[in-house]
Amino acid sequence: MLNSSALRPALGPALRKLGLAVFIGIALTSRMALGDELQEADKLLKAGAYQQALERVDKILTSRPNDPQARFLKGVILTEQGDDKDAVTVFRNLTRDYPELPEPYNNLAVIYASRGEYEKAREALEQSIRTHPSYATAYENLGDVYATLAGRAYDKALQIDSTNSNAQHKLALMRELIGGPPGSIKEAQRVAAAPAPGALAKATPEQAKPVAAGGAGNNSEPAKPEQPKTKQATPPQTKTAQATPAATPSAGKAPQPGQSEAAGAAPPERAIVATVENWAKAWSRQDADAYLAFYAKDFDTPRGQSRATWEKLRRQRLKAPKEISVTIASPEVHVAANGTATVTFRQTYRSNLIRSTTTKTLVLERSGGRWLIREERVGR
Amino acid sequence: MGRAIALRLALAALLACAPFGRVLAQALRDHDPLELDLSGVVNAVERNQLDLALRRVDALLAAHPTFRLGYLIRGDLLLARTRPLRTFGNAAATMVVPNDKLEGLRAEALARLRALRDRPSSTRMPQYVLQLSPEEKYALVVDSKLSRLYVFQNVDGLPRYVADYYVTLGKRGVDKMREGDEKTPIGVYHVTAHLPRQKLTDFYGVGAFPLNYPNSWDRSQGRSGHGIWLHGTPSDTYSRPPRASNGCIVLANPDLESLARFVRIDQTPVIIADQIDWTSAASLEAERRSLAAAVEAWRRDWQSRDAARYLSHYSRRFHSDGEDYAQWAAHKRQVNSAKAWIKVDLSDVSMLRYPRERFVVVSFTQDYRSNNLSNVMSKKQYWAKEGGAWKIIYEGPAGAGPGRFKERYETVRSVQAAGDAVRRGRRVHGLGG
Repeated sequence: MLNSSALRPALGPALRKLGLAVFIGIALTSRMALGDELQEADKLLKAGAYQQALERVDKILTSRPNDPQARFLKGVILTEQGDDKDAVTVFRNLTRDYPELPEPYNNLAVIYASRGEYEKAREALEQSIRTHPSYATAYENLGDVYATLAGRAYDKALQIDSTNSNAQHKLALMRELIGGPPGSIKEAQRVAAAPAPGALAKATPEQAKPVAAGGAGNNSEPAKPEQPKTKQATPPQTKTAQATPAATPSAGKAPQPGQSEAAGAAPPERAIVATVENWAKAWSRQDADAYLAFYAKDFDTPRGQSRATWEKLRRQRLKAPKEISVTIASPEVHVAANGTATVTFRQTYRSNLIRSTTTKTLVLERSGGRWLIREERVGR
Repeated sequence: MGRAIALRLALAALLACAPFGRVLAQALRDHDPLELDLSGVVNAVERNQLDLALRRVDALLAAHPTFRLGYLIRGDLLLARTRPLRTFGNAAATMVVPNDKLEGLRAEALARLRALRDRPSSTRMPQYVLQLSPEEKYALVVDSKLSRLYVFQNVDGLPRYVADYYVTLGKRGVDKMREGDEKTPIGVYHVTAHLPRQKLTDFYGVGAFPLNYPNSWDRSQGRSGHGIWLHGTPSDTYSRPPRASNGCIVLANPDLESLARFVRIDQTPVIIADQIDWTSAASLEAERRSLAAAVEAWRRDWQSRDAARYLSHYSRRFHSDGEDYAQWAAHKRQVNSAKAWIKVDLSDVSMLRYPRERFVVVSFTQDYRSNNLSNVMSKKQYWAKEGGAWKIIYEGPAGAGPGRFKERYETVRSVQAAGDAVRRGRRVHGLGG
């Protein structure tokens, strides 16, 4: 969020604009109607002799209490003196008595902005433009205020404090609005002197003055642990470890494997057991390519996952632990008449994360001279 | 006006979808008031009424001063007055932007506005809710992809849509596998408790409803973790981005309070799906009838004491807490043959399809009487279709079912012990918490 102290530097250009607007206004009107006394007060103001200027204006106002020029000048002097409260009263009364004048609205807006009251500043500026649609300074200020309000809204949206970058943003905005609505002669000269819109990054040192970054990031949401922490109630602290951490229980059909008749391990059985052992080794090496190569193309993936999804999951799970060890014991092999082989064995899985022993059954089929896994399930 | 068009284009690019003019007021009658207000803002932008849009967003923010997405839109509407907008959420124009937060808000806008456009219709039903038992007055179904929770009322056992809410899920998405993976589980759960605001830190907002993750299926799949809750939002924000929790389902506080009207402890199923598969009432009813007939046949065949007929309802891959099909069959043959008569009555039958899986969770109260043993218990079965016929692949006490006695698993200290406990199927029944 913006705080008032952080706003001060950003106010600089706005105040200068205010001053400019005031002097232009007074200079233009002075040729027609401004009395000597008022000119004198204006001179004192320009010289920075605020107190004397104020005394001179008050003197005029005792004889001509409703003179808009004098009242306006008094408001400017009070603003320069930092007497915002009285300045606001002066300008507000002027907008009430002379609603057709844009300058009092503009200057009210500048004071509001200096207090961080950007919504009120916006209202006043919109009013200023309504009364005087070609008032360039009000446009410029309003653009500034919109951008600041936008920045504040973004701050709230993103929960950050961007005071610092907002100050830079003001500068950019001024340049961007240049060439918009027609302004006074002096305004036009300023326009001509201004750098091209492309030079956003080249902020002058004064305008890019870093603001004390107190509280920057303080509003950002801390990374809270989601695991519920309660003051009194505690969620069930049940910890259930995985019995079969890396196993992929198959939802496939379960032809009941008969008892192995291969106690003597005839050659096909030997090759099948060797395949299973190599499969366990590839798994232990966490060599996903080699491991996945043990599975047939038509492997019955669990839960109807696509092959790609299943492979991805398996790769993740193989990779996840620091180390894996898979060993098999007591394999029982049964080769069915149709050529498929069913191997049931005790699988011991150990990783740095978990350890488990389960009975596992693989159904293999011969393809291209190799035994490939078609089904895999926990249990028999 | 060029700026207005730029904002319109930015919004259109974000939404990448049809205009909102098509949203029917009728369909929005009972909709979340905040989202209705949000759609009012978007409608005004689409009609190039940017002043109106700003007034509307200001009213929205006055009512919900911590609605961050509203501020993002407000920022755009204000900035649009001074410069052309390049995208939705032009914060980068005024500050160094934390991109994750900006993207989070964009995603929230997308989720909320899409939900407004794609209203559930009364002719579509979620295929998960086949039948609700009388005590399951409501069922909650979460569409993870849409970041939406739908509430269905039990009308004669069938679901009828009543409300839906924007939800935040795990920052790494769904399909929770292990503790700390920052994912939301997919499955069929139920609410196990209510924790009021007074017992919680501000982080959980106005309250929480813990779920029974991991359920028995999760455990059989080796899934770990705990503490998956439905809960509210901290006081400094109205809502959170679609993917931001560590696995919990997070609702805005007013939404959680509204949802609380529908939630009964142990009696409200919560089904979390990747994306809701909607189906017609007719096909849902056909599926329900077919499964109900299978369950009824199983009940009758059990009464017949003909073990072969009874066992024909069980899959070869059946298991029941430590017993496989062969053990189960041997045991049942022995028991049934010793009976002179058996009478089985089922009531409070609930049928909920398990997302991602090929089975339906059927739970009921079973009143079993025989010449030498009688008991009443809550039971849970998983029914799956095999070769076109419904078969039971799991059966056990419905500790985790709605309205049943609760179950509690022993807290185990070591992984090894946990593995052993699970393998032995040790379970402690009692008044768990």
